[in-house]
Amino acid sequence: MRPDSKAKIAFELNGEPVEVAFAPHKTLLEVLREDLALTGTKHGCELGECGTCTVLLDGAPVLSCLVLGLACEGRRVKTVEGLAQGSRLHPLQEAFAALGAAQCGYCTPAFLLTADALLTDNPSPNRDDIKQALSGNLCRCTGYIKIYEAVELAAARLRGERAEPARESLYGSR
Amino acid sequence: MKRGPPSTGAAVQRREGLAKLTGRERYVDDLPLEDFLWGMTVRSPPPSPRGSITAIRFGRDVDWSQFVVVDHRDLPGPNVVYLIEQDQPVLAAGVVRHVHEPVLLLAHPDRDALRRAVHAVEVVVEPEAPVLDFRLPSRSDEIQYGPDNVLKHLRIEKGDVARALAQAPVVVEGEYETGAQEHVYLETQGMIAALEGEVLVIRGSMQCPYYVLNALKHALARDETRLRVIQTPTGGGFGGKEEFPSHLALHAALLALKAGRAVKMIYDRGEDMAATTKRHPARVRHRTGLTRDGRLLAQDIEVLLDGGAYVTLSPVVLSRGLIHAAGPYFCENVRIDGRAVFTNAVPFGAFRGFGAPQTLFACERHMDVIARTLGMDPALLRRVNLIRDGQSTATGQVINDGSDRVAVLERALDVSGWREKRRAHAAFNAARAPVRRGLGLATFYHGGGFTGGGEVYLKSRLQVAGLPDGRIEVRSANIEMGQGTLTVFTQIAADRLGLAPDAVVIAEADTARVPNSGPTVASRTTMVVGRLVERACDDLRRRLGLSESARGDSVRAALRDWHRAHPDQSLVGEVVYEKPPGINWDDATYRGDAYGAFAWAAYVAEVEVDLRTCAVRVTDFVAVQDIGKVINEILARGQVQGGVVQGIGWALMEECKWQDGAMVNNQLTNYIIPTSDDVPPIRVAFLETPYPHGAQGAKGLGELPIDGPAPAILNAIAEATGADPRTIPLTPERLMTIAEFGMRNAE
Repeated sequence: MRPDSKAKIAFELNGEPVEVAFAPHKTLLEVLREDLALTGTKHGCELGECGTCTVLLDGAPVLSCLVLGLACEGRRVKTVEGLAQGSRLHPLQEAFAALGAAQCGYCTPAFLLTADALLTDNPSPNRDDIKQALSGNLCRCTGYIKIYEAVELAAARLRGERAEPARESLYGSR
Repeated sequence: MKRGPPSTGAAVQRREGLAKLTGRERYVDDLPLEDFLWGMTVRSPPPSPRGSITAIRFGRDVDWSQFVVVDHRDLPGPNVVYLIEQDQPVLAAGVVRHVHEPVLLLAHPDRDALRRAVHAVEVVVEPEAPVLDFRLPSRSDEIQYGPDNVLKHLRIEKGDVARALAQAPVVVEGEYETGAQEHVYLETQGMIAALEGEVLVIRGSMQCPYYVLNALKHALARDETRLRVIQTPTGGGFGGKEEFPSHLALHAALLALKAGRAVKMIYDRGEDMAATTKRHPARVRHRTGLTRDGRLLAQDIEVLLDGGAYVTLSPVVLSRGLIHAAGPYFCENVRIDGRAVFTNAVPFGAFRGFGAPQTLFACERHMDVIARTLGMDPALLRRVNLIRDGQSTATGQVINDGSDRVAVLERALDVSGWREKRRAHAAFNAARAPVRRGLGLATFYHGGGFTGGGEVYLKSRLQVAGLPDGRIEVRSANIEMGQGTLTVFTQIAADRLGLAPDAVVIAEADTARVPNSGPTVASRTTMVVGRLVERACDDLRRRLGLSESARGDSVRAALRDWHRAHPDQSLVGEVVYEKPPGINWDDATYRGDAYGAFAWAAYVAEVEVDLRTCAVRVTDFVAVQDIGKVINEILARGQVQGGVVQGIGWALMEECKWQDGAMVNNQLTNYIIPTSDDVPPIRVAFLETPYPHGAQGAKGLGELPIDGPAPAILNAIAEATGADPRTIPLTPERLMTIAEFGMRNAE
């Protein structure tokens, strides 16, 4: 293949079939951002160190900077753009908003997707399960606590419980 | 001190939150851009931190006619990145003073071709003797700044330290060191430059749009009408996007002007970590005179900062460091002498806390060394010495803010279970198991806003416009980088005029549209600029002819009426910073009111130390602070928890490895920041003693939480193990080498 020739693959992206042509050396991260204009997936190091580019590949979190686009033929890819159903937010997005779990927001799409995969596998994770599952995603703003709280709130709601944020989280102890 | 009711918007959600949660927020590298070139930097290579550039060789395998190449001769104006001292070139001209100094800029439409081309340029440097250890005096052939390589020398004096030390019944000495820290904002530095007609437009990740504008104006010799700087949503800053973005904006601008096309520069993580600023390394010495029951009689403090190869912001980092060096205590005799010195290291710069974390680490670790020397409870030592209203700080600033520092301390002791846990740990450790437990404390303070006369000098301006549809627009240059500016300004304006939060629009930080309300730094945004928002709302109300008590419907109706009566005109409330009465600072003598207000805090850390591996785990953390007024509980807790975790990293794991004055572990694989698995429960409590000149009574918060964790954690390790650590980061390797610790506990 000539260096400037393009590869073409078909795969399922956020529930819809897509076909895309791209330079064959490109990573999934580059294909998503540059060839499909889905910029919700961020890059933080492009070396597999920070977790910022996490997407779900066949339901499992992967670092899209370490996955070749070519490896995605026929597979299912989910990005942050695929979390909400139309205008209805995913419970994780609602819980992150209610508890302020996104600050600068740059690592947030990756945390949402990693948490989505966790809750699919384990609807009732305890705090240690959450810490373990998210330990490959770096966040420099929040100190992680609000992210755990948001995942716990979303998990409860996904289980059908009528959970609300702790009053102290919103108004403090008075 | 009891907390008042929440302000009307206390549970307002982050304004840009949905965009961030759905992937719609567009950071600089996400912006749609057609027909542009990528830009990259050719830097001076290791191993020569200092020398003359004798040759620049362009590799033969590259067709250079396809590339735009810029060097220092392409600068239309002076080759200087405008800041405190005009000593740092935009691009090296003949000499280099540190490794990774920018020498050439390249642009090309294909990023991969550009990467190969950067590697195909060889910069040859004829080496000269560098200075690499800031703690050693420079030899004469190493002098590169002034007569002695001292970038800045400052001194604070109160009382008679020499006499008080000579007469003190007890004198305790100590030396403490802190390492550099890398910001690790998750979004690396990035900038786009494009000519739009005659106007050069810069879009990028930054904290201070007007700093960038001034730097462009100066080095490009271009007047403000042909320049426009727009901040894009910024993926973390922590000070790392205070002064550095001026460099990147200039680089992108030079390439765009030469190419006649838009140029985008996005650093990869390796370049960002190796070539941009970090927290200044520091050494602090204390000599403290006390009574036998622990009352401070004299504090003699010497501060030394590694400034790196250019002045950058080192003089003001030193200034803030010195002013905080004596801690939140009263002492009649204080001498604080500080220097920032030149080295041939990649320059250090602003990082959350701005010198105060370094000096407060030393002060608070030293307090525990004193307590151990006196056989005194560390909490009691602090309670005895905490400054009371009516007493003065080292600069002679009389504290009279009504805040009860002892109550802040007591609350932290209560919430952490200090007394019970100390007893339980003593019993646990007496069993001499391989794991030991300890509790450590730090009491500290942080001044909000620019130091000394800085706010007066800035003359910040801010506007609140009244829109025809009854909404208002806040126009400021203060930016959102995750800390909550958009949300807090919304609440402050909405509360002031009795409007719903969605009736408040926050203008994009675009120098063509917003006045210069100053940089987004120094914990000043809520306290100082937020107060400007309130006053501009008041000015708007005045222009509407409304009374001071007019709110809500009457404001909305008046806005619509005004615009009906004045079609196509704009209605703008505008204010300029005014110094609160009674705040006076003398820069010549370094005496007076260093800050409009201090926030006060007491933090408690609990640790477990495994004596076999020297691994330390922080197992619990309590952070109590009086910040005047909490405007948004969620955002405030986020600031504290995030700052605490950065502090855990700085204390225990974040270590820059240096070679030839450059960071060689410039990857997240071997520069380790805390992950979700390193974080203990962090319990946050606020006390509120309103500051009358801050928005809704608020004081600064952003930097405070990075000051306390490191000393609290090291004090806890000392308590757990009996060791006496004095240096951070206290990695397991370093803990292992502490003489009185390693062998004794390895039995």
